[in-house]
Amino acid sequence: MFRDIFNLKSVGPLVVIFIILLVLPPIIPRFYTYILAVIFVTALLAMSCNMVVGHGGLFQFHHGAFYGVGAYTVALMLTKTSLPLWTGFIAGPIIAALTGLLIGAFCVRLTRLYFGMLQISLGSLIWAIAFRWYSLTGGDDGIHGIPMPPIISSQNSAYYFTLIIMVICLIILYLIFKSPFGATLQAIRDNPERCEAIGINVKRHQLIAIVIATFFAGIAGVLFVVVESSVFPDLLFWVYSLEIFIMCLLGGWFTFAGPILGAAIMISLRTFVGIYTEYWTLILGVVLILLIFFLPEGVWGFIIEKFGRQTKEAVEGGSK
Amino acid sequence: MLRVEEIHKSFDDFKAVNGANLTVEKGGLVAVIGPNGSGKTTLFNLITGQLKPDQGKVVFKDEDISKLPPYKICSRGIARSFQIANIFPRLTVFRNVQVSVLSQQGKSRKLFYPAGKLAVEETNSILESVGLSDKAGNTAGSLAHGDQRALEIAIALGNEPELLILDEPTAGMSPEETTATMELIKRLADSRGLTILFCEHDMEVVFNVAQSIMVMHQGLTVIQDKPDEVKNSSRVQECYLGGAEPC
Repeated sequence: MFRDIFNLKSVGPLVVIFIILLVLPPIIPRFYTYILAVIFVTALLAMSCNMVVGHGGLFQFHHGAFYGVGAYTVALMLTKTSLPLWTGFIAGPIIAALTGLLIGAFCVRLTRLYFGMLQISLGSLIWAIAFRWYSLTGGDDGIHGIPMPPIISSQNSAYYFTLIIMVICLIILYLIFKSPFGATLQAIRDNPERCEAIGINVKRHQLIAIVIATFFAGIAGVLFVVVESSVFPDLLFWVYSLEIFIMCLLGGWFTFAGPILGAAIMISLRTFVGIYTEYWTLILGVVLILLIFFLPEGVWGFIIEKFGRQTKEAVEGGSK
Repeated sequence: MLRVEEIHKSFDDFKAVNGANLTVEKGGLVAVIGPNGSGKTTLFNLITGQLKPDQGKVVFKDEDISKLPPYKICSRGIARSFQIANIFPRLTVFRNVQVSVLSQQGKSRKLFYPAGKLAVEETNSILESVGLSDKAGNTAGSLAHGDQRALEIAIALGNEPELLILDEPTAGMSPEETTATMELIKRLADSRGLTILFCEHDMEVVFNVAQSIMVMHQGLTVIQDKPDEVKNSSRVQECYLGGAEPC
């Protein structure tokens, strides 16, 4: 039995990493600060996706739709309305979660692949709106030069804002992961029929998980706008959602922290291999093939296995 | 306590359950027996809501539960185990049972409280009663077959049921394991005051344990009576020996 969710031993290294990330911006080139901020945003997005994919066992094939909804909500509210700036930041995640509720309510009626197919279809509707409604969304041009509040308008302040919001979100996601809700969600992933038989309303539980996950995707969308000051329909395109899905698999979808690693690997590949060739996805393809054969549990899953953390996991979840 | 009245269920043209009747009194230990394919599992799936009957009623504590979804039937006080080990393979043994206890306590949707602190005592006591305490930290999927079957029962016990339904609890077990499991079932019935309904295709196993036996053949209830009466029934003997004609 663990005394508390966060014990000193495991938190220590994380605090060190956090402090390093805090002091980095003045030291490293501006470009790397930007890349790190993009990784934070994408990591949060992948983590929110993994809550339903890896822990919930749902085929969340179009998670990007909710990311895009969050981003477009804040972008539109900042450019088209004169409401106070913070309302846009609040509205982003809420509208994303409401969209999640609406789409999720249809999707949870189906199972597995059918769930995923329906979600792609419904999500693509939202993409089509963003892509074609020129007068509102700017169509395929998107919206650029979105004015940010002065306090987060510089690159470094945007970096810090993104980092802190991401850390807060990750802590909340971890609490959920370790909560009875999270435990039940993982049980549903393992065996939904059995969960019904022990008195759990599986569809309701899955829907709540989707709403929570899409809320965090909405936050990631808002952070994207903070970092990039722009939005474009590609965020909602299903191909991007597939990338998010791959990040979860790459990092280790049964672990908690895996998707962070997955996001970092994907962004790094795209950035640094992308400099040499626009066919960086070729490298990604090779990486994925290797992954399937050698690291089926993902990179982080492999590290945990290798360094015996699974016994600790077992004790944490167990009785001793 | 539980009454199944003239229940029917067919899959396409195949009549899996074709008029089954069953009565379970409170505190009873009732067995359903019948050859393979006689509809025992289908009957249990009809009772616990995994399947919906075409005709007939399932009455539990004066309420018709035949149209309720499984999770609601469970909340009425019926828990079940499955014929094939139906556990949560990636979770620890402890967590397997704990999820069920949390569901019983209505805490499944608690969001911001460490699950490791909840329902610990209840879970440990259940693990102890089925003899899995020392394996609490193991991943459930890695357990041996016999242990998985015990875990299967433990998960069902987590719901603190009034009626426990066990679908072939000894399937695939050696004679020793079978005896041990039957003793476990008997002990649970006594110590926890459970009403137990279980099924078996091996007749020998049940005669020592059950207070009442229902015999099924080709989806039909042949007889439900005390073990001795069932043993001497000519119709039962026909079913098990002759077989081809419906009794």
